[in-house]
Amino acid sequence: MLRAIRHKNILPAFSAFRAFSSSAKEMTVREALNSALDEEMSADPKVFLMGEEVGEYQGAYKITKGLLDKYGPERVLDTPITEAGFTGIGVGAAYYGLRPVVEFMTFNFSMQAIDHIINSAAKSNYMSAGQISVPIVFRGPNGAAAGVGAQHSQCYAAWYASCPGLKVLSPYSSEDARGLLKAAIRDPDPVVFLENELLYGESFPVSAEVLDSSFCLPIGKAKIEREGKDVTITAFSKMVGYALKAAEILAKEGISAEVINLRSIRPLDRSTINASVRKTNRLVTVEEGFPQHGVGAEICTSVIEESFGYLDAPVERIAGADVPMPYAANLERMAVPQVEDIVRAAKRACYRSVPLAATA
Amino acid sequence: MSLSATKFVHPITAPPSTRSSDKPLFSTFFGSNHTKLRFNKPIVAAQRRSSSAASTSSPVVAVSDVVKEKKLKSASNLLITKEEGLVLYEDMILGRFFEDMCAQMYYRGKMFGFVHLYNGQEAVSTGFIKFLKKEDYVVSTYRDHVHALSKGVPAREVMSELFGKATGCCRGQGGSMHMFSKQHNLLGGFAFIGEGIPVATGAAFSSKYRREVLKEPGADEVTLAFFGDGTCNNGQFYECLNMAALWKLPIVFVVENNLWAIGMSHLRATSDPQIWKKGPAFGMPGIHVDGMDVLKVREVAKEAIERARRGEGPTLVECETYRFRGHSLADPDELRDPAEKAHYAGRDPITALKKYLFDNKLASEQELKAIDKKIEELLDEAVEFADESPLPPRSQLLENVFADPKGFGIGPDGKYRCEDPKFTQGTAHV
Repeated sequence: MLRAIRHKNILPAFSAFRAFSSSAKEMTVREALNSALDEEMSADPKVFLMGEEVGEYQGAYKITKGLLDKYGPERVLDTPITEAGFTGIGVGAAYYGLRPVVEFMTFNFSMQAIDHIINSAAKSNYMSAGQISVPIVFRGPNGAAAGVGAQHSQCYAAWYASCPGLKVLSPYSSEDARGLLKAAIRDPDPVVFLENELLYGESFPVSAEVLDSSFCLPIGKAKIEREGKDVTITAFSKMVGYALKAAEILAKEGISAEVINLRSIRPLDRSTINASVRKTNRLVTVEEGFPQHGVGAEICTSVIEESFGYLDAPVERIAGADVPMPYAANLERMAVPQVEDIVRAAKRACYRSVPLAATA
Repeated sequence: MSLSATKFVHPITAPPSTRSSDKPLFSTFFGSNHTKLRFNKPIVAAQRRSSSAASTSSPVVAVSDVVKEKKLKSASNLLITKEEGLVLYEDMILGRFFEDMCAQMYYRGKMFGFVHLYNGQEAVSTGFIKFLKKEDYVVSTYRDHVHALSKGVPAREVMSELFGKATGCCRGQGGSMHMFSKQHNLLGGFAFIGEGIPVATGAAFSSKYRREVLKEPGADEVTLAFFGDGTCNNGQFYECLNMAALWKLPIVFVVENNLWAIGMSHLRATSDPQIWKKGPAFGMPGIHVDGMDVLKVREVAKEAIERARRGEGPTLVECETYRFRGHSLADPDELRDPAEKAHYAGRDPITALKKYLFDNKLASEQELKAIDKKIEELLDEAVEFADESPLPPRSQLLENVFADPKGFGIGPDGKYRCEDPKFTQGTAHV
């Protein structure tokens, strides 16, 4: 009884934000995701949320805060701990036109459900020759957090993006988060939406257009975060922030880097990347996940296939270390790309001499 | 205040929807002093009848009543000797003080990431693990510090592992949730719930295999799989109950039912919250025991472990217990009712054991205080050791990915190919 009263005092994050719309327009990624879910759920009654702790706990990372109170337990479902089961249930519901948004507490746990994501969701439209489409969204934090060990830190972008039938999105800023999540929920196909735990609390400026409830971003289009002319740096999710910092450092040394925020891993925006490389003639790809068969491998190959004549230097690929994520703090720092690694690779691509690797 | 069971049913009235269940079984489940179980009797008896009708070989029985009756008979005899009592006390105090020290170190920034503390559940770890031999196996979840300590991993190694130092039991590579020790047969430490259960079942399979196929004498290791109430809704749990019973594996499935899975109450997540009943459904005994009382846990553990060692197969033991702290140190713990927390705090297993030792004149105040002091000193030394230990060196980053040093496999002579002086990494074979 006491708890019900307490909850009524908590406004959903989005409506709280609206009250101050005249002041500085900054939004955290968490608020962006919360507001996107809120608006899509209110626009379409077929949208519902499913996942562990999304309801009463307000979301394991508070992304779904306030939504249980607003939409009730029939549309915000706290599930038992059974990813394979509830993911399958979500896919089955989507077969019949409902629009579930399935939350994985981290994408590591999606491995327990990956059979349904790939076999029941991704392949269904093809296997049924278009009879059954699966308008489902799988979302949750992906990649490394801080000190959470090997089983909580893997990046799944490459795994999911290699599968035809899935759309794989990875936002960086609040604008990305809002726009891409709305686009994902409205999309008739299964979408894997890879967020990042460490970005949830970060604030980004947002324009009035972004705050509008009909705002959504196209899927399969990258964004050029920073224009440049000497080297192209592609990144997604948290690495975009690192790439932008690296670009600042490089600018001081006379290298003008163009930073591309991929936004969409599948479909990959090959034309934007290639157009950029044809302009700068050098490429550095950055990702957090394992290096072999990663997103960077695909981008490098695409550039070599389509823009080989324009390349003035070998393509550079930066990825996480080829080991399960260690727990010790110093080893973890070494296992994830840092800003210095991006700077060094960009310099190598520009034929500046640099030391081979960082010291511990 | 009468401890009526309904007070401890999830206090938030379940949302008025399809999800709440109106089964009367809910209200009689909690309050594990035996009078409550007695009210359960008609249902339990019915269960017993139907399950023994269904079984073919030995009668499969939910033994809560049996354990209860045994307790009453032996009320006059002491359940433990003085030495045993002190061992149990020391182990529980080590668990409790260690976890409190972890919380302190976390807030001082020496520990990071996810830390899941075991305060309140010590009776289960101590009650079960202290019955095992060194060769027996333990598989746990992310709430594994105390299982590691009870199994014999030195406190200083666990502490350095938590600090991420090279002297930790996993050289700093595993962390809080991934405690492994080959020497003490602690097989982890798994982050995904339910993940450890098939692994434990496999370990049990290996000891049976060694005994029957490889004909190793004395290969009678028992495996204990520890997991929580949330795990009992996961498919892997049921798959392993089936296979363990089918193949009569020497394993004990220990459910640490602390009623909460992060913020999800067991009642909101489970269609039938009485987990012990799921054992007989698969052909093994299912036992419900008061997990806040180390002596009761010990009795049940003894039976289950000996049953497994004799080769009679698995047992499912549900221990009703409670965690005094939140799910992890990052959990605000807002959803649990303070009255529920107070009720279980009043049933603190360490206090209960102390009372038993004093009442039965098995130990004196000074002896117990001496143990407390000894453990405090041990932990201070462990923290110092962990603090002074070095961080893992850069060269350690790429080690231990494979057991095979260069990844080229084993050659025809049975040794690693990379050790053969004629082996080159050169051209492919034609």
